[in-house]
Amino acid sequence: MKPVQFHYCAGCGHSIAHRLVGEVIDEMNLRDIAVGIPGVGCCVFAYNYFDVDMAEVAHGRGMAVATGMKRVNPEAIVFTYQGDGDLCAIGIAETIHAANRGENLTTIFINNAIYGMTGGQMAPTTLLSQKTTTTPLGRNAAKEGSPIKMSEMLALLDGTVYLERTAVNSPANIRKTKKAIRKAFQAQIDGLGFSMVEVLSPCPTNWKMEPLDSWKWIDKEMVKVFPLGVIKDTTGKKEDAD
Amino acid sequence: MTKVLMDGNSAIGEAAIRAGCASYFGYPITPQNELTEYMATNLPKRKGCTFIQAESELSAINMVYGASLAGVRTMTSSSSPGISLKQEGISYLAACELPAVIVNMSRGGPGLGSIAPSQSDYFQATRGGGHGDYRTIVLAPSSVQELADLTHRAFDLADKYKIPVIILGDGMVGQMKEPVEFKHEAPVELPIRSPALRGAQGRPSRIIKVLTSKPVELEELNWSLFRRYQLIKKNETTSETFLTEDAKLVVVAFGSSARIAKGAVKRARESGLKVGLLRPITLWPFPSEAVQALIHQTNHFLVFEMNMGQMLEDVQLALAGKGEISFYGRPGGVIPTPDEVFRVINRLYYQKGLRAEK
Repeated sequence: MKPVQFHYCAGCGHSIAHRLVGEVIDEMNLRDIAVGIPGVGCCVFAYNYFDVDMAEVAHGRGMAVATGMKRVNPEAIVFTYQGDGDLCAIGIAETIHAANRGENLTTIFINNAIYGMTGGQMAPTTLLSQKTTTTPLGRNAAKEGSPIKMSEMLALLDGTVYLERTAVNSPANIRKTKKAIRKAFQAQIDGLGFSMVEVLSPCPTNWKMEPLDSWKWIDKEMVKVFPLGVIKDTTGKKEDAD
Repeated sequence: MTKVLMDGNSAIGEAAIRAGCASYFGYPITPQNELTEYMATNLPKRKGCTFIQAESELSAINMVYGASLAGVRTMTSSSSPGISLKQEGISYLAACELPAVIVNMSRGGPGLGSIAPSQSDYFQATRGGGHGDYRTIVLAPSSVQELADLTHRAFDLADKYKIPVIILGDGMVGQMKEPVEFKHEAPVELPIRSPALRGAQGRPSRIIKVLTSKPVELEELNWSLFRRYQLIKKNETTSETFLTEDAKLVVVAFGSSARIAKGAVKRARESGLKVGLLRPITLWPFPSEAVQALIHQTNHFLVFEMNMGQMLEDVQLALAGKGEISFYGRPGGVIPTPDEVFRVINRLYYQKGLRAEK
């Protein structure tokens, strides 16, 4: 990481997730071959924080850009870092097809069930009954559909090798998230195919909660819809004991 | 060098490979599929080269963006409705000062239109097309040989000016077969441009970004792009003239229309009419000075296009009120014959009293 201050709101999960990705890159000695692609949204400024080559891309197109970049330079370790609006709204086609082709990429998918940067509108992952500025009465399945379970969807594709959902709302979950990120990068180093870690991440500002309450809300509400754990693992490696 | 018989779309593919293009990302659309198929068959045979059929035009242009970020020569192609989808990516390429070659074998529009040759994407190609204050170099070939030559030039220009370059053809030039000679051998080593994003490799990390929260910074980027566009205008504007030396009437046409117009001009000469042709090869930058230079010998221009009069506006801007400009256009994918255009020339020649002028 670069020695600069994050712009993120107090209690935002991006700061923790950034730190974990940075630590994994350092520990795996990837700094010189890594190229990162942040999504559009709150994490768009991630290029100011990661001390690796970084490219900004159009909203939702991260996986297509990463595909082009990795195919012409397979020696690089290419990762995208995308939010829910980026990865499963406008960019859902790019996501599904990159995963289906088994692109040898690693994706960190930050799921906070809301659009953060634009001010708290509904995301594809917004929970039913969750109030946002564009679902002021709460998300209604009949009107807006149900939250998209991206990792479960991607698990159906032959090209995906490792999918895990974690959270950054407790020290134990943070440790598990780091392990998952490490494993996702390892899958790429081993040339196995597409890997993704979905990170449930608090957005206290747009959830209109105190940071600690937002941690509790993940445990109480989010994990009911987005259960934590390994969703698919065909890397052929056994999970280490916790 | 021997000549080979090839369709225009395939000739672009072969020329691109010989120009050191390392990656092609496409999505099928008529009438340019021969290029996608040529690349699918031939590009992966070369070491380090990649072909992907993307899931959409949006993905294809963004794969181009990724490959260009990694510093290699890269290309995509499509036809009109597909090019509309690629405009987002082209705007981003322009903003990041990334080279790329984009082929538009255009067809009739608007909307899904027809699959017949048309030139109605002139505005979109020469005015930017996507959002923002940017330009792309636009090359307009009118033969299979020129498609091959301009494809090579497109890659060179893209790298030289760090800019997306559009080859604007249509279904006619793309699908007709003609003898073509390739003037270059493919490079042994693929060229890799710097700066590129390939991992920091010991140097400080690098960011290529398009968002700036400071308006003054963005203004500076746009000024710097503008200065480069001025340089391109100065150095790279190209056009061709045919029998204009003594012409009393000059036809201005590009691409396939110019090919048709050339036949019409030959017929006019056979009938004793002093008619010439000016063919812009770069549509942006537009050869305004070449048009202006003709005003000393003739007052009469006929702009002929397969659209409702798009390049016409650039001719009007170039002449700035001088001269008399007539227009003949066929929109919607109808291809006029040289005889039809000759009849227009003939009528105009007499209506304007040019026969009587000495």
